Amino acid sequence: MSDLTSAGAAVGGAPVTGDGPPIGAPGGEGKERSASLWADARRQLVRDPVFMISFFYILVVSSMAAFPKLWTSQDPRDCTTDRSRIAPSGEHPFGFDILGCDYYSHAIYGARPSMVIAVMATGGIVVFGGVLGLLAGYYGGWVDSIISRVMDIFFSLPFLLGAIVFLTVIKRQNIWTIAAVLFLLAWPTIARIIRGSVISSKDLDYVHAAKAVGASNGRLMFRHILPNAIAPMLVYATIVLGSFVAAEATLTFLGVGLAPPAQSWGIMISVHQVYFLEDPWLLLFPCGLLVGTVLSFILMGDALRDALDPKFR
Amino acid sequence: MGRYVIRRLLQFIPTVLGTMFLLHYMTSLAIQFSGNPVRALFGDRTPPPALLEAITERLGYGDPCLSQKGNWCIGLFGDRLQSVFFHFDFGINLRQREVTDLVADALPFTLKLLVIAILFEAVVGIAAGVLAGLRGGSFTDYLVKISTVFIISVPIFVLGVVVREFVGVKFGNVLRGQDWIPDVISTGMFSPGFKPDYPFASLIIPGMVLGAVSLATTARLTRTSIMENIRADYVRTAKAKGLTNKRVIGVHTLRNSLIPVITFLGVDIGAAMAGAVVTETIFNVPGIGRLVTMSARTGESSVVVGVVTMLVLVVLVANLLVDLLYAVLDPRIRYE
Repeated sequence: MSDLTSAGAAVGGAPVTGDGPPIGAPGGEGKERSASLWADARRQLVRDPVFMISFFYILVVSSMAAFPKLWTSQDPRDCTTDRSRIAPSGEHPFGFDILGCDYYSHAIYGARPSMVIAVMATGGIVVFGGVLGLLAGYYGGWVDSIISRVMDIFFSLPFLLGAIVFLTVIKRQNIWTIAAVLFLLAWPTIARIIRGSVISSKDLDYVHAAKAVGASNGRLMFRHILPNAIAPMLVYATIVLGSFVAAEATLTFLGVGLAPPAQSWGIMISVHQVYFLEDPWLLLFPCGLLVGTVLSFILMGDALRDALDPKFR
Repeated sequence: MGRYVIRRLLQFIPTVLGTMFLLHYMTSLAIQFSGNPVRALFGDRTPPPALLEAITERLGYGDPCLSQKGNWCIGLFGDRLQSVFFHFDFGINLRQREVTDLVADALPFTLKLLVIAILFEAVVGIAAGVLAGLRGGSFTDYLVKISTVFIISVPIFVLGVVVREFVGVKFGNVLRGQDWIPDVISTGMFSPGFKPDYPFASLIIPGMVLGAVSLATTARLTRTSIMENIRADYVRTAKAKGLTNKRVIGVHTLRNSLIPVITFLGVDIGAAMAGAVVTETIFNVPGIGRLVTMSARTGESSVVVGVVTMLVLVVLVANLLVDLLYAVLDPRIRYE
């Protein structure tokens, strides 16, 4: 542990000046900062412009998903075909789509399905994959063998192919089924990550010490081992949020995801791809929003990894 | 080595059975919860009961266990395994054509596409990775780093659509206006979709789009691997012996650094097959991927299940071969 604190002090020693951002560490000891890994990470992240820009972007997109009324007063289903494909103007910043609906409000309302699906599926894999990975890594032996074999089986099914099969057969392609299939096919990755970091930290001295004092298995797992294993999971979960947003749009584009009465960026792209040459903005707005969201999640994940890994300090 | 191969082959059997069962259970569950998939073929119309029953029976959805929610349908799974492994039968489509026939027709296009994609990502990815890895912190390094992040974050279908419209249509139209450019390039290579007249040239751009995503990963992997190995003792020894820089990099460093990259490329064949579904749909290539999308859109689930089962088997065999190749390349893997 000593190398961690010394590394933190080496980095944090010089730049602690007046303009330092709010730190979680107690300021009682003056310059002797003994911040935790998380406080250090937060300090570093707040100063990272890439992280802050991506974070802000995600905040904007999340607010579109949560409160679309905040961003637009138009109804995306209020369409008249005589306004079909009118170019962007001051009042309608994204113009009108092929059916004469306001494109800006469609884009705003389109954020919700992607984000809801990504958040639900990611929450699912973090809880389920996390618990299974923890059990496999902690108990080892036959528990590990069984869980690992099951993970191997899920791994061998290519993500896109499995999703297409399930969604074709089930025919009810809504937010729930898409989130379910994303969850079903992606949980082993996170379980594998957790399993790896649990195995690497379960033989550390402080775990043995806790065991010697008589801590129960549950306490050892959740109080002592899990906090150490949670950083890589957080990094991966951030990145996977981005890939789920992309996956939802891809499935929608292929025709096995959401269908047109719903609003989604994937639908905007797949419906208007043929008008690209005459009216490129019909494609560029949804593509830009989608790529921006995925990119922001990935950049946030990268920045988190750098901040949470003491080796990079 | 022999024992490793045998152990790996023994592990292969339960994985294949497990994956096939997963696929089977996913389809069974979907049918149990949403009803007979044959109804989807008729859209809004109500089919005559006799016709519905006949088609259901023919496509193999007649088993009573498919109407009991949560049933594992083991018997059906056994039948399916039998027909796949003993009769090489992956089901039929609505017009009584065997799925194996459909795949055989589509296979050459997908194979060409895959070869182009893998070649493109291997050559360009390794070259970029080596350049970036040798000079960490240089301009090339940053260029590779930034461009890989961008390529990873652009979903492949967005990339495909944009490339098709900009390169295939807009730039292609400019080329087609010039007389001195041969037809192979202007109408073949830079066409917005697949052209049967130019079966190879018109697949180059779709192949590059397919390879682009893994290209980024290949470049990153090569970069990290080179950076790790360049500091290794044996590289310093080779330099100290007075070998030329070319030999140190080209023979000593590169050979060791490429082991993880080759593994990745092997595993990526599987991922590229799934990616081909998107690429072939965008560029209208009559390959296996488009077969999957078209059947998915019309609701012909028997074709989708059959083709995907076949693809999954191919992916599993590819993974097995990669593991064996890895053991040949890296003796450390063959622990007994």
